Amino acid sequence: MTWADRLLRLDRRIIFLLVAAGTALPLLMPVNLPISVSPRVEAAYQTIDVLPAGSTVLFSLDYEPDISAELQPMTIAIMRHCFRKNLHVIALTLYPAGPGLVEPAIRVAATKEHKVRNKDYAFLGYKSGFQTVMIGMGESIRQQFPVDFYGTPLDSIPVMRGIRNYGEIALLVNLTASSAADYWIQFAVGRYRKPMVLGATAVMATDYYPYLSSRQLLGLIGGMKGAAEYEKRMDLFGDARRGMDAQSLVHVIVAFLVILGTVALFASGQRGPAPRAEKPQE
Amino acid sequence: MSPVETWIAAFLTLCVFSFLYRDNPFYRFAEHLFVGSAAGYLLAVQYQNVILPNVVLPITTGKPTPQTIVLTLIPLMLGLLMVARVSPRFTGPARWAIAFYVGIYSGIAVPGYMQAQIYAQLSDAVKPFAPGWGAVNSALVLIGLLTVLAYFFFSAPHQGLHGVSARVGIWFLMVAFGASFGYTVMARVSLLISRVQFLLRDWLHLIPMS
Repeated sequence: MTWADRLLRLDRRIIFLLVAAGTALPLLMPVNLPISVSPRVEAAYQTIDVLPAGSTVLFSLDYEPDISAELQPMTIAIMRHCFRKNLHVIALTLYPAGPGLVEPAIRVAATKEHKVRNKDYAFLGYKSGFQTVMIGMGESIRQQFPVDFYGTPLDSIPVMRGIRNYGEIALLVNLTASSAADYWIQFAVGRYRKPMVLGATAVMATDYYPYLSSRQLLGLIGGMKGAAEYEKRMDLFGDARRGMDAQSLVHVIVAFLVILGTVALFASGQRGPAPRAEKPQE
Repeated sequence: MSPVETWIAAFLTLCVFSFLYRDNPFYRFAEHLFVGSAAGYLLAVQYQNVILPNVVLPITTGKPTPQTIVLTLIPLMLGLLMVARVSPRFTGPARWAIAFYVGIYSGIAVPGYMQAQIYAQLSDAVKPFAPGWGAVNSALVLIGLLTVLAYFFFSAPHQGLHGVSARVGIWFLMVAFGASFGYTVMARVSLLISRVQFLLRDWLHLIPMS
């Protein structure tokens, strides 16, 4: 058996170990590789940065625990930016498991920027039904959310005073891992002409580039890398920036293994992948 | 998160990772626990957020008017009809509810989709070239758009100019797939990093807290 054949029959658990080491070591011994801010993230940052103090930003945080690794640091960074600029924040989620993530994220951001619930921000909680909620909010936010997440009527919340529908919202920020972004673009941007910034998972990010070009989106933050760029722009050192060393090393490992596997495949003279080793007896 | 919760989360995380070695009872325990608790949680949340405020409270709170009762019961009936198709006797009436839903959804979605995904994108595709080096980018986008469309045009054989365009279109598609694949790797690695961060920081305290 040649070296190439042996390589092609490599136990994949060795690759898992390599990736595990590539993830853990940079977290234990960070080298803080430089991060450059992409034009898409810079555009998102600038869109928020130029809003006058006292403007209201609506956050739709449509994600659940499976994707919090990418979007939770993004939520905290963008929200802290809004709080630093003295913008009013109204947050909601269209996912049933969202409140458990969104509520602590808002609390962390507000605590770090010394902001107070109901005075500087409101969390409306979860509401079922994507499109109906989005369209309904165009008529009346109170009709969709009569009370906030904590059961307080919206009329009793100072930050909600004078906020009736999208007309009083300066910017929509949607952080999502799903088609919620498409619906927000269709209804809030298309029908109600609201400016929008999108934070998406890395898998989705490329799908939304055309909306940047057409100015349906004013900024796009993609995945943990986008969150790290935003943190850098904010001069923060959050979970996303901490994870970027590991991200880079694992990418190097993956690229190296792809090249090695391809060379081994050509060297072995096979026209397809090697037959799998026998499954170990349970 | 309390220490007990952290230990439970760490144990379940390790149970799931154990699948990387081979399938085992610990993995299956975590998998079943996750599916069960997620389903239970979803049911409770939907009851609290949908059934309770839209069905129970309007009828049971105060003195409901006939209008309130009718406006509550009609959607409730339509919802029940959708579920009723489990019985062959109700397959026909179940279609009424589905037809109503499809009709409403189409009415809402089609104009929005056409405006946001078709007209706005078409309008962007035909806008004048950007000045300076931006024109190169605009030209690439235009060539990419036309050649990819040529690839997906199957009503004529991919020969001659059409064939050349289609082959160029494949290159643009490959670049797009490559970018998507790169982002997908990044997304999956992000999930791993998050779990490893949790294990090393929150559980083992080997790295400092945020």
